[in-house]
Amino acid sequence: MLEGILLGLSTALSVQNLLMVIGGCLIGTFIGMLPGLGPMSIIAIMIPVAITIGDPSTALILLAGVYYGAIFGGSTSSILLNAPGVAGTVATSFDGYPMARKGKAGKALTIAAIASFAGGTIGALLLMIFAPMLSTVALLFHSAEYFALMIVGLSAIAAFAGTGQVSKALLMTVLGLIMATVGETAQFNAPRFTMGLMDLQSGFGFITLAMAMFALPEALYLVLNPSRSSQGKSGEIKDLRITRDEAKKITPVIGRQSIQGFFIGVLPGAGATIASFLGYAVERNIANADEQKEFGDGSVKGLAAPETANNAACTGSFVPLLTLGIPGSGTTAILLGALIALNVTPGPRLMVDDPQIFWSVIISMYIGNVILLILNLPLIPYIAKVLAVPRNFLIPFILFFTLMGAYIGQNNSTELLILVGFGVCATILKFADYPLAPLLIGFILGTMLEDNFARSMNLYDGASFIWDRPMTLGLLVISVLLVVFPSYRARRAKARAAGIADGD
Amino acid sequence: MALDRWVALVLLGICMAYGYTAWFTMDATLPPIMKRLAVWPSSFPKVLSIVGIILCLIVLSGIEKGEEKIGDIDYRRLGDYHLGQALALLGLMVAYALLLRPAGFILATSGFLIGGSVLLGERRWITMIVVAGIATLGIWYLVQEVLGIFLRPLPFFMGV
Repeated sequence: MLEGILLGLSTALSVQNLLMVIGGCLIGTFIGMLPGLGPMSIIAIMIPVAITIGDPSTALILLAGVYYGAIFGGSTSSILLNAPGVAGTVATSFDGYPMARKGKAGKALTIAAIASFAGGTIGALLLMIFAPMLSTVALLFHSAEYFALMIVGLSAIAAFAGTGQVSKALLMTVLGLIMATVGETAQFNAPRFTMGLMDLQSGFGFITLAMAMFALPEALYLVLNPSRSSQGKSGEIKDLRITRDEAKKITPVIGRQSIQGFFIGVLPGAGATIASFLGYAVERNIANADEQKEFGDGSVKGLAAPETANNAACTGSFVPLLTLGIPGSGTTAILLGALIALNVTPGPRLMVDDPQIFWSVIISMYIGNVILLILNLPLIPYIAKVLAVPRNFLIPFILFFTLMGAYIGQNNSTELLILVGFGVCATILKFADYPLAPLLIGFILGTMLEDNFARSMNLYDGASFIWDRPMTLGLLVISVLLVVFPSYRARRAKARAAGIADGD
Repeated sequence: MALDRWVALVLLGICMAYGYTAWFTMDATLPPIMKRLAVWPSSFPKVLSIVGIILCLIVLSGIEKGEEKIGDIDYRRLGDYHLGQALALLGLMVAYALLLRPAGFILATSGFLIGGSVLLGERRWITMIVVAGIATLGIWYLVQEVLGIFLRPLPFFMGV
């Protein structure tokens, strides 16, 4: 591990990569603060830039910096405006906004920054320990297990979708898989489902789809409902210092939530949002009665818990991405797409073939966290000025950047029409409360899933690999349970509730 | 019928058309040598079409009923929101897509940025023109010179 760390240090500490971390964090904080723009949209917008850089380590460092910055920026707008830009920072506003209203905005931002820093750093430490272990195991996997593992990942994402949403999430995943089959494939060298259109020969563009799924609907929502971007007075931000007493209070919270958040982040589909809500709930339950009353009314513990947990979970979500090549969240799915475009295939071989990428990303996580703490914190009062940009100027720019992202990737203006078309479809899906991240994850995993499926079918001359390989069978059983169990429990709970109501 | 079930109905149609292609038309064009393989180009789509149809039917039938949730935007009162502005901006994006090549990057982009602001109700013309002009030239310089991607700056009749 030591030579890995040294390798990572030597890559990450080059002038170019340091500038990338700093730039990424600043851009991420800047844009992440704008209400309605989450990390997924920002990373989607940044991908063309990252791909043009060419060097995969540098590109991934930039994108990871943007990711952290966006999460941090999201918590800033949650605290100052009660307008979380990201679902993962909604829990932050529960206690952060009351603190800001009491005139303790500076203190709240400091606590958020320290909690994020600790969560991210402890998360990176755990990543350093667990990722190599997992990838050693993953090297034993064959294509049959990979196929099964991807099915597990996809069904886990659906399983975490929430009650009443499992079938919708699964439908979206299947739709993503269907979209991935459009165009030519490596296995067969013949176009499929192109409807005779030359533009679809190479399939749908991944960046176009990412923009259309996340950035465009968010922008349209901002247009439709101006109150989403309501710019309250951001107030004076001063007195960034916290007392010794407060530090003593939040230390155990940070310790617990970094570990809990990290492991929730590792699970595919769970991610920062669930981690932050769960972290908040757990800390409220174990706090003593006096402190419990403070929760929701500006408690430092209630602010530190979700902030630590969501940053640790962000780091945790890199584990399945880097070791198995399976993204667990929309953001890591976009990162996976970017890596593939840069000719790097994440997976267990990554640590063997391209160790400098793996380790430099981990090292840059530390650097990114330090930068967020020492550079962004003092700059926050100035960065918060971005919230004063009128939406009449902001929205055309957001739309323009989504268009530019799709155009630069392909240099083809048909791509822009596809973007608008899919953007409208995605907005309708969003109206109808369909989750969109599973679609993109399905789309990205589709090609790999089919390749592994085809390879194992050819090796075993049929579908017998499913029952001949116990590990494959076991994984497939797990994926069925993951889908069936939550819906069964929800049905039973509902039936019981209905029964009680009838009894009255 | 709620919107999510209408969407499921549309998706059911898509899955059925997709399934029809996979089950009945794709294999005809398969070269004989490929027919010996255990897996054909249509195998995976066949599985997907069946799973997709089943899932569409589940959503459509409402077996798994979650509580009715109203998101940030309630589509039943879509008229209460700035629907006209949103549609006009989408139209502007289509126009941008069609005009980007013939009109050149600088004209199309500054036009898009100014037009977008005007559609949203901005009337400070000088600020708009200055902001759009600086942004357009700055981005063109970044993309063309720093990233090295060719973007034709001027309209088609003015050279390059």
